[in-house]
Amino acid sequence: MASARGKTGDASNEVYLLEAKNITKKFGEFTANDNVSIALKAGEIHALLGENGAGKSTLVKMMYGSLQPTSGTLFWNGEQVEINNPSMARDLGIGMVFQHFSLFESLNVVENIILAIPEEDDIAALAVKIEKVSAQYGLPLEPYAVVADLSVGERQRIEIVRCLLQEPRLLIMDEPTAVLTPQEAEQLFITLRKLTAEGVAILYISHRLEEVRKLCHDATILRRGIVVDNVDPQQETAQSLAQLMVGEAIHKIEARSAKKLGKTLLKTQNLNLKSGLQFGVDLIDINLDVRAGEVLAIAGIAGNGQSELFDALSGETRVSKKSTIQLNGVDCGTRGIRFRRKCEAAFAPEERLGHGAVPSFKLSENVILTRHDSDDDLVRYGFMDGKLMKAIAARITKKRDVRVSKTDPEAESLSGGNLQKFIVGRELDRAPKVLIVNQPTWGVDAGAAAMIRQALINCAGRNAAVLVISQDLDEIFELADRIAVISRGQLSKSFAVEDMTFEKVGLLMAGAHEKALPADNDAADNDAADVEVEDNGAPV
Amino acid sequence: MTGFEAAVLTIITASTPLLMAAIGELVVERSGVLNLGVEGMMVMGAVCGFLASYYTGSLILGILASMMAGVLMSLLFGLLTQTFVTNQMATGLALTILCLGLSGLIGEPLTGEPGLKLSAISIPYLTDIPYVGKILFGQDILVYVSIALVFAVQYMLFKSRMGLIIRAVGDSHSSAHALGYSVIKVRYYCIMFGGACAGLAGGYLSLVYTPQWIEDMTAGRGWIALALVVFATWMPRRILLGAYLFGTVWIMGLYVQGAGIAIPSQVLSALPYVVTIVALVIISRNATLTKLNTPTCLGQSFVPDR
Repeated sequence: MASARGKTGDASNEVYLLEAKNITKKFGEFTANDNVSIALKAGEIHALLGENGAGKSTLVKMMYGSLQPTSGTLFWNGEQVEINNPSMARDLGIGMVFQHFSLFESLNVVENIILAIPEEDDIAALAVKIEKVSAQYGLPLEPYAVVADLSVGERQRIEIVRCLLQEPRLLIMDEPTAVLTPQEAEQLFITLRKLTAEGVAILYISHRLEEVRKLCHDATILRRGIVVDNVDPQQETAQSLAQLMVGEAIHKIEARSAKKLGKTLLKTQNLNLKSGLQFGVDLIDINLDVRAGEVLAIAGIAGNGQSELFDALSGETRVSKKSTIQLNGVDCGTRGIRFRRKCEAAFAPEERLGHGAVPSFKLSENVILTRHDSDDDLVRYGFMDGKLMKAIAARITKKRDVRVSKTDPEAESLSGGNLQKFIVGRELDRAPKVLIVNQPTWGVDAGAAAMIRQALINCAGRNAAVLVISQDLDEIFELADRIAVISRGQLSKSFAVEDMTFEKVGLLMAGAHEKALPADNDAADNDAADVEVEDNGAPV
Repeated sequence: MTGFEAAVLTIITASTPLLMAAIGELVVERSGVLNLGVEGMMVMGAVCGFLASYYTGSLILGILASMMAGVLMSLLFGLLTQTFVTNQMATGLALTILCLGLSGLIGEPLTGEPGLKLSAISIPYLTDIPYVGKILFGQDILVYVSIALVFAVQYMLFKSRMGLIIRAVGDSHSSAHALGYSVIKVRYYCIMFGGACAGLAGGYLSLVYTPQWIEDMTAGRGWIALALVVFATWMPRRILLGAYLFGTVWIMGLYVQGAGIAIPSQVLSALPYVVTIVALVIISRNATLTKLNTPTCLGQSFVPDR
């Protein structure tokens, strides 16, 4: 670190690798970044922290040239620069790993990478280079695999290798560990430390404050587009960092005191389901049961059958045998979502806009969507009761602290966290006996996430059976009474939360519980996973 | 010339305009744009090609004019859908309706007048080989151009960086934008290429197939070309297969009718569609391949967030 500094300037008049001074970015009336300044040093990992909508992504997009600041200047090695587009940023030596991957699903790995390297023309030569670099940094990649067939972890490796091949001097990473197992994340940290030792600067955006404390040398905290503080994360605690981000103390989740479990309200028996989608996951022999008053959490890396399982439970896809799925004591494997709702089951899907809510509909209309059949009063003789709809929407909005700009706004005008509060609130408002939620706080900021989690716990406290599917391990440990893990469509046994650790869950996420499937190419991988997960990448 | 040779020659001339229009639209759709205005661009190509050759006496100018007409019409489509972000489906349909009317208007004075005809090439000895000579070496030049175009597009799409960029833009325009590619620009070029091909296809009708101008002379060929692109699952070589299969069954139907065999004419005119669809569905059974070749962003407008 010291040597890197020595190279770039003396201590009194330090030259930063990239310095943003007084950056302001406005989208119409809305100010996303207000007079933001940040300075990055070579050889350091600099954390950029803030809630959703605090303006982190906007800021890094300006550094990467995909957005232009309204005012303010950027300095690269002390010289003023204008970064008009991403290829200019790449020419300077800035690489970026996006939160929402910028990959092309129907293209293979080499094609995806060559698109970012305009000067490279030889696919075969690049494939060799990819294998070399990916081995060097412990990020194994098969150059000719098609992206659509790859797991999220592998996709992230493509993004990272793509950046590394450009030999960047600054690497911007937007939430790189959100989709990784703990083991994969550890591997990533090793790679990042290796890079900083080579003098690369890293700007690191993450919601996981513990890992920021472990990894980063410096932290800038944004709140509502303004830099509120610049701290040394190793001197802070996760709580103090969170408080800086939110600006107030985070609601601490209260566990329920006494746990009296009732009868089993949600049960599946040997749930097998072939996925209709080309890149979907088949569900294999899923057995689970949730009793009244408890929360079962299903962990797993995205794309391992979570959405298929959710669809099967909610009735969006039906199975052939009635008794395969039992909700509230009723066999409903062959019945659709309306019937299941009438069994007092409620469902909140992962995708908020377009699945959980119709973006262009008002909140009151979105209430009708899931409750037209199960709430007797809402629809009479085919006519909707507009007053009641609005009253319910208002009740949910108030109870769940959904922040709206006007009464009864369109769903799409709400921020992710607020809409999620509404959707979960809509289902809770029915006081369901069985509640199934997929990724309840995906992309939701800390404050809203805490509220949603508390609501789920309280729901179980009112003697409902709650099933939470999530890839956020912190959340799972906060919520669950029992934890099970899904990988490649197979569900592990469930374990009491007291008996579980991050590491154990991580091993299961990597497939340690999977049965080797006969006559399957993946069988070899499964065997490896049974023994031990190697540190250079979990089986995929 | 034998009857067999004559039949094959008719099949080839009937298939060529479909092939040209479809291969152009394929490139457009690969970039993620659905231009339903193929029929319209074709009919404008037909009328402009005919007018230009009629007044200048030059077939080359006629061919160029037909392509230019297609490009101009496609630019109108591009301006609306890419710059002003209108709905692609509605705009394409409107373009076809506009072009059908406009072509009728400007072609009206010359309707039915005989025009110049692009003649077949003739290579001494080769063209005279019995049975296959005329088929292989005695077509008009545009037939060879159209087939070369298929292979050129195949090579361009899958072997060149340009093709990779086009496929990338069609697969995920937001990713392409994030990497710094100008989605709109790529799409404009593709739309113009599609326009040129559709115009040329129209020109082929009025300069080769039936060398005259008749209102609505494209008679739905643009729509067939559109369907071919989808059923060929966006793969150039399948377009070749589909276009020729369609042409074959179509012309065979005419022969059958001519021979007085008692099959209702409606069945015969439906037959090319049925056969082509069935054949292309059968060869696209490989769902993975189909999925990988389907442009994910097809028909979606792109607005960069600036």
